[in-house]
Amino acid sequence: MISANLSAIFYLISGVLFILALRGLSSPETSRQGNFFGILGMVIAITVTFLSIGNFSSGFVYVLIFLLIGGLIGAFIAYKIPMTAMPELVAGFHSLVGLAAVFVAISAFLNPEAFNLGSPGNIKLGSLIEMSIGGVVGAITFSGSIIAFLKLQGIMSGSPITFKGQHPINALILISIVVVTYLLCLTQSPNLFWILLAISFLIGFLLIIPIGGADMPVVISMLNSYSGWAAAGIGFTLENTALIITGALVGSSGAILSYIMCKGMNRSFFSVILGGFGAVEQSSSSGSKEQKPVKSGNAEDAAFLMKNASSVIIVPGYGMAVAQAQHALREMVDTLKKNDIKVTYAIHPVAGRMPGHMNVLLAEANVPYDEVFELEEINNDFANTDVAFVIGANDVTNPAAKTDPQSPIYGMPVLDVEKCKSVLFVKRSLSPGYAGIDNDLFYKENTLMLFADAKKMTEDITKNL
Amino acid sequence: MEIDPFIFRLSIFILSIFIGYYVVWSVTPSLHTPLMSVTNAISSVIIVGAIIAGLAGNSDNIFNTSSIFGFLAISLAAINIFGGFLVTQRMLAMYKKKKKDK
Repeated sequence: MISANLSAIFYLISGVLFILALRGLSSPETSRQGNFFGILGMVIAITVTFLSIGNFSSGFVYVLIFLLIGGLIGAFIAYKIPMTAMPELVAGFHSLVGLAAVFVAISAFLNPEAFNLGSPGNIKLGSLIEMSIGGVVGAITFSGSIIAFLKLQGIMSGSPITFKGQHPINALILISIVVVTYLLCLTQSPNLFWILLAISFLIGFLLIIPIGGADMPVVISMLNSYSGWAAAGIGFTLENTALIITGALVGSSGAILSYIMCKGMNRSFFSVILGGFGAVEQSSSSGSKEQKPVKSGNAEDAAFLMKNASSVIIVPGYGMAVAQAQHALREMVDTLKKNDIKVTYAIHPVAGRMPGHMNVLLAEANVPYDEVFELEEINNDFANTDVAFVIGANDVTNPAAKTDPQSPIYGMPVLDVEKCKSVLFVKRSLSPGYAGIDNDLFYKENTLMLFADAKKMTEDITKNL
Repeated sequence: MEIDPFIFRLSIFILSIFIGYYVVWSVTPSLHTPLMSVTNAISSVIIVGAIIAGLAGNSDNIFNTSSIFGFLAISLAAINIFGGFLVTQRMLAMYKKKKKDK
């Protein structure tokens, strides 16, 4: 058994290692070392916890068993999961952090002596507030992430679910969470604690159902942030520095990512949270514009265009992930490069279903990361480029965001693909993207639509090169 | 008059938010997905609370309601720790620079 002071110092060390883990992600070269620091920090935190309790009785065996069960499941998932399913995986992991926070809060409430927080029915006020916050935020994270997971997995429709009186009901529930917490602090009644957790689960569920598929990058980042705040709440309860530091890091990390994602869509965080985006416009815009002429081509045309180009920019989007076309795309690019054509990739901040989604898929397909550029880095290059190859992206290229103040995506930063000499669009149909709006680019003179599955089309083009 | 230890913890918390702010802004956008998976893994340090809860049962009654929740939380957090770090490692191993020999 080691002293409380010594273990506090070790917790501080593991907190610092976690900071270094995030710091390492500033560049791919240092990132692997960063991940190692993270693992080291975790090993230290767990070891110190065992040593500080010093109770190596039969309970210890069960701790190891449960640790092992979880560890095996986690390792199995980590090795089996396809890279395209990363958003679902991250949403699933968030839900587990949330639920773990709830369970720890419940344990602390039922057995406060174990944590030095007082006795049942007579828990220190500060601790009670802290564990309530940890439990509430954890519950919201859990049920919210479950919904996000179901939507991303396609088990639940990605379209927003809205009903009348949604916002007043949510507001009412949020107020009641505050009221119940207050009453809980007055009475210390276990029933109120259960009610508090139950309504928190409910509000997490209700907050996420009205949010549509295209807003998922914001939702995932937001839930990431919540899982951090939940951990911090529990950290205060347990008076544990490692947990407080980590909670704060994760909380601010998720908040920053949400901000970046919102900026990438030119939407306020608040309007994303209120949800419903993409539900209304979808029905109104489809009818009238169908008659406009569209030039469509096949793989041969596309191959011809690209063979005669000297530079090509690839613009990947969610459709590439759905079609699992990243490997086929890389092969096509290899062939182009053999013909001395310069190829780069342009990634919009909100392409895909989570921050950095496209980068991971391209990395999986062995695309070197120094050929992949962010929007600001590459947007000026479109004007000097012969062909833009848009694969599975739509809204992020829509010029209406720059020209049409009526458009729901007006003001959103977009990739200037229309400035290229010609634009190739791989798409399954003319259907609008997630924002539910038509893309004028489809009808432009220099646009060639390639209606097909992204993977199949890319393979066919390679054959024709 | 003595300062409540809570204030010290609050100070750590607030300063860590600022550290997080600056550190995360320096993360390159191409690594945002690994950032999310690694933050997942490290926030599962909540397992320390779960272990305390799991070991709190006395020797003749290892499984009381409180410790059962602790044990369950251990498993949940362990899924995240192993899954989060390993999947991050898997992703990071894929980020390669352009080969110069081409």
